[in-house]
Amino acid sequence: MKRKNLWWLIISVFVVSTVSAVFLYDPVWRSISSVRPWSLGLDLAGGSYLVYEINLNEVSQADHDSVVKGLRDVIERRVNLFGVSEPRVYTEDVAGKSRLVVELAGVSDVNQAIKEIGETPFLDFREVVAESTSTTKFVPTELNGRYVKGAQMAFDQLGKPQINIEFNDDGATIFEDITARNVGKPVAIFLDDQLLEMPMVQEKISGGKAQITGKFTLDEAKVMVERFNAGALPAPITLVNQQTISPDFGKDSMDKAIFAGIIGTLAIIVFMLIFYRSFGIYASIALCLYVLLSLGVFKLLPVTMTLAGIAGFILSIGMAVDANVLVFERTKEELRRGLSRTAAIEEGFRRAWTSIRDSNVSTMITSAVLYYFTSSFVRGFALTLFIGVVISMFSAITITRTLLRLFVKNTVAASNENTK
Amino acid sequence: MNIHIIEKRNWFLGFSAVLVVISIAAIILFGFRAGIDLKGGTQWQISVSGASNEGAVLSAMKEISDKEISVKRSGDGSFFVRLPSVSEEEHQLYLVELTKRFGTTEEKSFSSIGPAIGSELRNKSVRAIIFVLLGISLYVAWAFRKVSRPIKSWKYGVATLISLFHDAIIPAGMLAVLGHFLGVEMDTNSIVALLVVMGFSVHDTIVVFDRIRENILLMRGKSFSLGEVIDKSIKETMVRSINTSLTLVIVLVALMIFGPHSLFYFVLTILVGTVFGTYSSIFIASPLLYVWERLGARSTG
Repeated sequence: MKRKNLWWLIISVFVVSTVSAVFLYDPVWRSISSVRPWSLGLDLAGGSYLVYEINLNEVSQADHDSVVKGLRDVIERRVNLFGVSEPRVYTEDVAGKSRLVVELAGVSDVNQAIKEIGETPFLDFREVVAESTSTTKFVPTELNGRYVKGAQMAFDQLGKPQINIEFNDDGATIFEDITARNVGKPVAIFLDDQLLEMPMVQEKISGGKAQITGKFTLDEAKVMVERFNAGALPAPITLVNQQTISPDFGKDSMDKAIFAGIIGTLAIIVFMLIFYRSFGIYASIALCLYVLLSLGVFKLLPVTMTLAGIAGFILSIGMAVDANVLVFERTKEELRRGLSRTAAIEEGFRRAWTSIRDSNVSTMITSAVLYYFTSSFVRGFALTLFIGVVISMFSAITITRTLLRLFVKNTVAASNENTK
Repeated sequence: MNIHIIEKRNWFLGFSAVLVVISIAAIILFGFRAGIDLKGGTQWQISVSGASNEGAVLSAMKEISDKEISVKRSGDGSFFVRLPSVSEEEHQLYLVELTKRFGTTEEKSFSSIGPAIGSELRNKSVRAIIFVLLGISLYVAWAFRKVSRPIKSWKYGVATLISLFHDAIIPAGMLAVLGHFLGVEMDTNSIVALLVVMGFSVHDTIVVFDRIRENILLMRGKSFSLGEVIDKSIKETMVRSINTSLTLVIVLVALMIFGPHSLFYFVLTILVGTVFGTYSSIFIASPLLYVWERLGARSTG
């Protein structure tokens, strides 16, 4: 490569690293732009990670999806009431089982949150008693969501959306009694204590089937079917995994890990300077650029930073200079063999390449496997380690070599190497 | 400085053999203490200002249930409580009781994992171990695909995998011993640490073997002593083997001293694996190759 191109390369690397430094230091970056703040995992930001198992035993296969989706919506609505920033509610299918995961960052009263989430979405039927002309009283009946077998969307003769509810045998009997008592009167349907519907009972209904028609749109009807199906779950969700970390504790862990990373990086720089003298300076510059560039990539993607992720990155810092060690040792050998400094450096890079590639590939295999075959907690570690190793090959080889080509001159031999 | 590793090979191989046997014995005798993420259970870290010792916390908790509870005080004065999987209601009962007795009780972290999740993570871990071993073996086979005489290329691969086993079984044995005496648990993090050690183990060995192959090629056509060539190759690559590991050791030690407590045993496992990985790439892998080659030569010649 021409000398001019080398300068361009190194200048652009420095510019990108400087931009990256500004970008990843949140106190400064926030004053410039609000896009892409650091995405911190719950173990660092503090918060709760709750996993519920959804019991679908009593739900027919065809209704699984609508039951799960309905459940998710109900719980998301509840979680949104907590006023947590960016709560996440999602479902997972693991080994044929459906799970509901709720992530709450920085929630102040986790226990209250768990209580409210854990309540079964509750559907119940109430009788309507007119106390006077203007006020009505709702009298609870024993008919509730536990007796609902399922709900489906349908359309009446006029093409208006209609919801068909089917009760199980016990529910059918109770429903028959209630409708018998209330012919010509409305019956109220409540979901989570909120009045959903007040259909008029036309006649006594036996057989355990009810149609609700009312003033609702197709979309509203769909939502209601989901809610009914969710409310109909007999033993809907059980908390199977709870991880809660207090925000202070999370911050403390993060501060400690970052401090350890800084100390580790400085110690490596001292080590490289002692062992490889002037070469060590270039390796250290490359190492600092490596840290800035990879953190920039993590934030840009974005990679959600967890404690394990930071640990993975710190390990990759320890490995990033490995390539430099291999190259410098080879360069020393070539120098002893009598090559000029610049020629020895070129040989060092050329001959050390296979070792560098080999030593990184096995780590890349391990992190790729860890990423695909383990839990989300380990993924953060695997991802940062993998990205770190890839970027370190660039920093330790391309950046260091360019720096050396630009700044190392032959002390004895003529500098015609540079024109190559 | 001259290096006579091949000459003294029996010392090194013997030392490692003893360590490996001790590790395997520890694993068989003590087994691993499974972490809550692998078998289900509850781990709770609380800071109780009014409680003076572990016994006080324990007796308060025994008030609520007679489950198997263990309480340990950590360095910063907070308590680590371990108990079987508990429901949220029970969790609150403990908290209320502790607050009633000792005043302010601050929860630092609480995790309760059901047995179903535990067995699922266990399966995932087993799969991860199998795939890492498979991936590394395939890679080693590829790395040593070139033919080299007089040592057949697959022998390099097998010697690499034997030292990988050596590097992983020693920290695993350490975890079994620590588990037995200090209650250190084998959790997903420990498994990840062992897998990372396997990944690291391979590269130092490859660097030495690459050099052996290169030096054997230089000797083509001449008569040479295999032991001397191996010693020469080890000598030439020793500094870089040690230095590449040292950079890793530096950050690991920094993490152990200054990093968060929760990462301590994770980092320790990788550290021990890295140190033995470097040792094995210098003192075990090449002597193994030599011994095997001599045995083969004797039986065929």
